[in-house]
Amino acid sequence: MSNDGFKKGLDSLDQGPAPSDAPEDGAPPPAGDLPPHPSVDALRAEFGAGVLRHELVAGDEHIVYIPPQRAAEILGWLRDQQGYDFLQDLTAIDYGGGRMIQVVYQLWSIERKLNLRVKCELPLDALEIDTVYFLWRAADWLEREVYDMFGVVFRGHPDLRRILMPYNYAEGHPLRKDFPLRGRFSRAEQTRRALSMKTEDHYSPQELEMAHALGQTMPDPFSPADQAEQGQFGGMGGGG
Amino acid sequence: MALRTVVYNVTRNPELSSGGALVHAPIIPVQGEAREVHEDIAGEHMLINIGPQHPATHGVLRLVLELDGETVVRCIPHIGYLHSSFEKLGEYRDWNQIVPLTDRMDYLAPLIYNCAYAMAVEKMMGIEVTERCKVVRVMCMELDRIFSHLLWLGTTGIDLGAFTVFLYTFQQREKIYDLHEKLTGARITTSSTRIGGMMADLPAGWVEDLSQFLDGFIPVLDEVDTLLTNNAIWIGRTQDVGGISGADAINWGLSGPNLRASGVSYDVRKDRPYYDYETYDFDVPVGEHGDIYDRYLCRMEEMRQSVRILRQAIDRLPGGPINVDDPRVILPPKTAAMNDMESMIHHFKLVMEGVRAPVGESWFSVESSKGELGMYVVSDGGSKPVRWRVRGPSFINIAALPHMIEGALLSDVIAVNASLDIVLGEIDR
Repeated sequence: MSNDGFKKGLDSLDQGPAPSDAPEDGAPPPAGDLPPHPSVDALRAEFGAGVLRHELVAGDEHIVYIPPQRAAEILGWLRDQQGYDFLQDLTAIDYGGGRMIQVVYQLWSIERKLNLRVKCELPLDALEIDTVYFLWRAADWLEREVYDMFGVVFRGHPDLRRILMPYNYAEGHPLRKDFPLRGRFSRAEQTRRALSMKTEDHYSPQELEMAHALGQTMPDPFSPADQAEQGQFGGMGGGG
Repeated sequence: MALRTVVYNVTRNPELSSGGALVHAPIIPVQGEAREVHEDIAGEHMLINIGPQHPATHGVLRLVLELDGETVVRCIPHIGYLHSSFEKLGEYRDWNQIVPLTDRMDYLAPLIYNCAYAMAVEKMMGIEVTERCKVVRVMCMELDRIFSHLLWLGTTGIDLGAFTVFLYTFQQREKIYDLHEKLTGARITTSSTRIGGMMADLPAGWVEDLSQFLDGFIPVLDEVDTLLTNNAIWIGRTQDVGGISGADAINWGLSGPNLRASGVSYDVRKDRPYYDYETYDFDVPVGEHGDIYDRYLCRMEEMRQSVRILRQAIDRLPGGPINVDDPRVILPPKTAAMNDMESMIHHFKLVMEGVRAPVGESWFSVESSKGELGMYVVSDGGSKPVRWRVRGPSFINIAALPHMIEGALLSDVIAVNASLDIVLGEIDR
């Protein structure tokens, strides 16, 4: 029996984790009568049907589900009218099994000392939502990370490109449940791709454009010869 | 031909800071020397590449800078060279097996990450840890705040040419390493928390060792203070450099000392207290100008406040068990597991399946040494998380780097980058 479990575990490395067994929306059932949250009441009064659901989790954490088409509008209203000036976190959840991907905004109001979590659910065939880059600059890298890891496209983001994975990464979006832990390509193919990276692969398109305009060739950050040329900027081991 | 005037601020007036407020620094003010430069000399831009293996990037950060002479016109950071996909790995591990991943993110303050993760899972599961565990975790977190700030202080000193400070701070860090080793058996990868408690209770004599360390630490901090706070070179390199306004800092999502240096008094320990922080007597230092010097002052004062908290924690450390008495999460004692059928079943299930968390989720944050550290855990009722997300403070702080250095000098890039106190293990995850 334990052998089966071991084999199943090994298989899952190649197949990606099993889809979650959670209820269809992947969310816990609401706990009876919810204690009121001032901003949720204000949201209901302002947007009415714009509040799809309201949940309470882990004792005191309020979650509001809003339609993704109105996300930027409602979040902007929350920032301006309700004082949520601090974007603590922006991330996404994939429950697997073809269910919708949730984009999660965790808001905090420094003035009012209030938390609110806002979620938008995006179907897998329409992973697009408006950016909140212009509301909170903190969203700049956070949205890039969600794009990199889940493939959610943030409309209007001025610089939406991969952030943690290489720019020419071709295996997909790693935190999706259908992405196997070892990657989609074989080890041989992954090694071949890593070794055949060109200098241009280490730079963003914007930088290549700048270098072209300046008539400059790009130094290869991993070539010892180029690092020696850069004098103090290369050649030494990594710091603290 | 168009001329522009460049004032070389090497001998700036230290009595006036950026906001016009008086800074008490015992330095004789010297007038800046003005020179005229032809506009067309500045016409040629250059693109240079700092890192990923540069000692002043504190890891493997890579910055591509467009320079106009020595002035930074544009900065584009590249990260991901240390990416290990911790969040993906977490989805293949049970709840307790994730703890070792957390301290590999911020290896400069590993205990804070251990504690924050365990606290998030406990909040989701509705577990209240024991009073002793709360105080022990507060001790762990405050000790590692000092641990991390000392590294920041030493390396920033080196980046700005003050080598001596590094020797002082690393001597003290070595003592904290010893405390780590006594407590957890490891110096960096501590992995000390478990869901519902700690790996082990405090070893005999540890509290006395901690107390001894604190007694010796404050005089050293005073010496470092003397070396830097009124040092003309230090002031020249840090005051009015890399400043960011309070409103901008909030908008960019800065947190921790970087945010408080800009005058915003947001500290998770005060604003959303956990583990009875509201009952400890401590102050949160808040800066005024948002520049490197204020960040430095904030961190120096935070270390002193951490010492205050640690002393209070030592005084109030209660007895009793360190782990909760909850068979869902904590292994029964060995004698019970050998003699009692029910305990043996719990033991078997915990070892074979791991902790099972109920359906739910929690976004929980603590004040880490680098800023607000959020842990987001989502469970579907199984023994592995659906999603484990870390809101790394360094990741969001470093995103504001281009905003702070565009228009500054190349040498300030190193200073500003150092002042943000980043750790690449957590940025790249």
